[in-house]
Amino acid sequence: MYNKMTTADFDALKAILSADRVQTGDAISEDYSHDELGGVSHMPEALVTVLSTEEVSRVMAYAYAHNIPVTVRGSGTGLVGSAVPVEGGILLLTGSMNKILELDEDNLTVTVQPGVLLMELSAFVEEHDFFYPPDPGEKSATIGGNISTNAGGMRAVKYGVTRDYVRALTVVLPNGEIMQLGSKVVKNSSGYGLKDLIIGSEGTLAIITEAVLKLLPLPKFSVSLLVPFPDMKSAIEAVPKIIRSKVIPTAIEYMSRDTILFSEDYLGKRFPDTKNDAYILLTFDGNTEAQVENDMQVVADLCLSIGALDAYIVDTDERKKAVWSARGAFLEAIKASTTEMDECDVVVPRSKVDEFIKFTHEIAAEENIRIPSFGHAGDGNLHVYICRDALDETTWHEKLARCFDRMYKKADELGGLVSGEHGIGYAKKGYMQAQYGKEQIKLMQGIKAAFDEKNILNPGKICY
Amino acid sequence: MNILVCIKQVPGSSNVEVDPVTGVLKRDGVASKMNPYDLYGLETAMELVERFGGSVKTVTMGPPQAKSVVVESICMGAESGTILSDRKFAGADVLATAYTISQGIRKVGDFDVIICGKQTTDGDTAQVGAEVAEYLGLPHVSNVLSVDDCKDGYLYVTVGLDEQVIRERVKLPCLLCVDGDINSPRLPSYKVKKTVTDEQIHFISFADFEDQNANHYGLNGSATQVERIFPPEKNTEKHAITGDETQQACGIFELIKDRKLI
Repeated sequence: MYNKMTTADFDALKAILSADRVQTGDAISEDYSHDELGGVSHMPEALVTVLSTEEVSRVMAYAYAHNIPVTVRGSGTGLVGSAVPVEGGILLLTGSMNKILELDEDNLTVTVQPGVLLMELSAFVEEHDFFYPPDPGEKSATIGGNISTNAGGMRAVKYGVTRDYVRALTVVLPNGEIMQLGSKVVKNSSGYGLKDLIIGSEGTLAIITEAVLKLLPLPKFSVSLLVPFPDMKSAIEAVPKIIRSKVIPTAIEYMSRDTILFSEDYLGKRFPDTKNDAYILLTFDGNTEAQVENDMQVVADLCLSIGALDAYIVDTDERKKAVWSARGAFLEAIKASTTEMDECDVVVPRSKVDEFIKFTHEIAAEENIRIPSFGHAGDGNLHVYICRDALDETTWHEKLARCFDRMYKKADELGGLVSGEHGIGYAKKGYMQAQYGKEQIKLMQGIKAAFDEKNILNPGKICY
Repeated sequence: MNILVCIKQVPGSSNVEVDPVTGVLKRDGVASKMNPYDLYGLETAMELVERFGGSVKTVTMGPPQAKSVVVESICMGAESGTILSDRKFAGADVLATAYTISQGIRKVGDFDVIICGKQTTDGDTAQVGAEVAEYLGLPHVSNVLSVDDCKDGYLYVTVGLDEQVIRERVKLPCLLCVDGDINSPRLPSYKVKKTVTDEQIHFISFADFEDQNANHYGLNGSATQVERIFPPEKNTEKHAITGDETQQACGIFELIKDRKLI
């Protein structure tokens, strides 16, 4: 059992940090008890703001010695309760560690503190003609949070996910020890990949206090295509054919008319086309206009040959903004369209996307519940939202449990996994544990114990 | 309803650099696009045709490569377009530009409504539309937010002024300058792009115009001459005000008082 925090603990934290960076009791805003969606909430006993690796180390050494649980929080934009201090204790905010420390143009890396926001990082590197490809929809998330969930985003089809762009991490272990994992090197065959264990571990193994990220040169040209289809079935069925064409788009997103209309309401801004039921949105990028144009034409012609009603060209900054800002607002827009919702962030093999989407439509009809979805058709990661609308509390929870159960089972059947990019945290651990089985979970618990034998870092998450 | 939309090709980025020595815009290597304000004009025209029937044509003035914006307008639903292009038109200010366009429109045909965007992103004068109307002897309305109705030979429009919104009635034929951000312009269609033919694109030069006095066009026909173009001075001065909330607020107050901003 953990120790309940006392005045002596609060004073000790104040001595390590400073009085104004330690809040306790009623002074802590209710906002810190939950994330954006997780369906779980718990207040921390102390809320601390850290400014350096050394401070994190000293806080952890204290917590370790006094058996106090610690949970790390970045921007709090998570969706599965990872940053919720379910056992109380210390909630450690890394948002003020938000400096971009170094741009290394010889090694093509940028070194950042964990509290740098994704939008700040991309703006900074693009100003220097570089490109940080991971592109999750939530641009106000921190890099620390992105690494902790191995966030993916829309450009994963061509460029991969956060893991592919982390070269090195400075971390603080639960006992306060500071450690460097990885380095600026491009290749590495040196022992177990501890850095890669930290990526996606949702703050359960160590606290990330610095990250060296890999950059690419900024592609000079990009163009998007918005392709309308008569229905979702034909839209989704087009995706494997596009992939087979050997043109690699930067992103392939699918969206339904309903979702676009929610987004119009939410943003108060009309989408350029809402006449059709289903759309695929693709982007192509490259270093010559001719190559980008050619890729676009190959895919546009292919889409037209397999039933697309047209292919709209999204070529200028204004057009890209009109289309992509709507896409970026889908989650918030669906949230605003209902009283309460929960999400399923499954990832299935790309060839099974259409089958899974059709299955969600069947569940929606059978359960008489609204299940809008959108997502990364190009990489098989779907965002499926179950909306409460006017249901009473009991019916909602019953239906939600049934829907989730069926969807995760179906994903498993199709060779998919529980989460593509949002993580497991608290909310999805049951589904992950059911899929992986006891032996795999035991291995995970062993890894957790190797880092954190006292289980004080973000307890109650992923494999516990 | 026969509608003509005036469009223009402008630099593709708003960050076009000015050569600090010559004062000339560095256009080389900078991609071009249709003036974003014209897209709202085109969308307004397309929506009017959807409601009241008719067709949309476009006209632009510029070098031969301005053909690409005419093609784009066709991809957005225009039936055809015309490029007014001649070396004699080069260097025109707003007056000469408006005169050239008005001469061009007389050759292109008769229209019930001519629609212009509010302004261009490279010139930013917001005067050409109204001047074209004056040269053509047409009534015109600027800052149009919406076209609400068309009946008995009149258009009913909503106009946004700084502090008020007014409804106006304007007799056809007329010219409208539509405001920015009033609609969501439709996207150009790749399907249509594949079908565009040269028959839909017309070039008109000085030789085709009624007024054959070359002094009415281009630099010669301009009432204003550009003396110098220069980039605005960059102000990188930074002043940090520290302290608690009260000290910071007082600091800001003193600063804006000293600079006589309040």
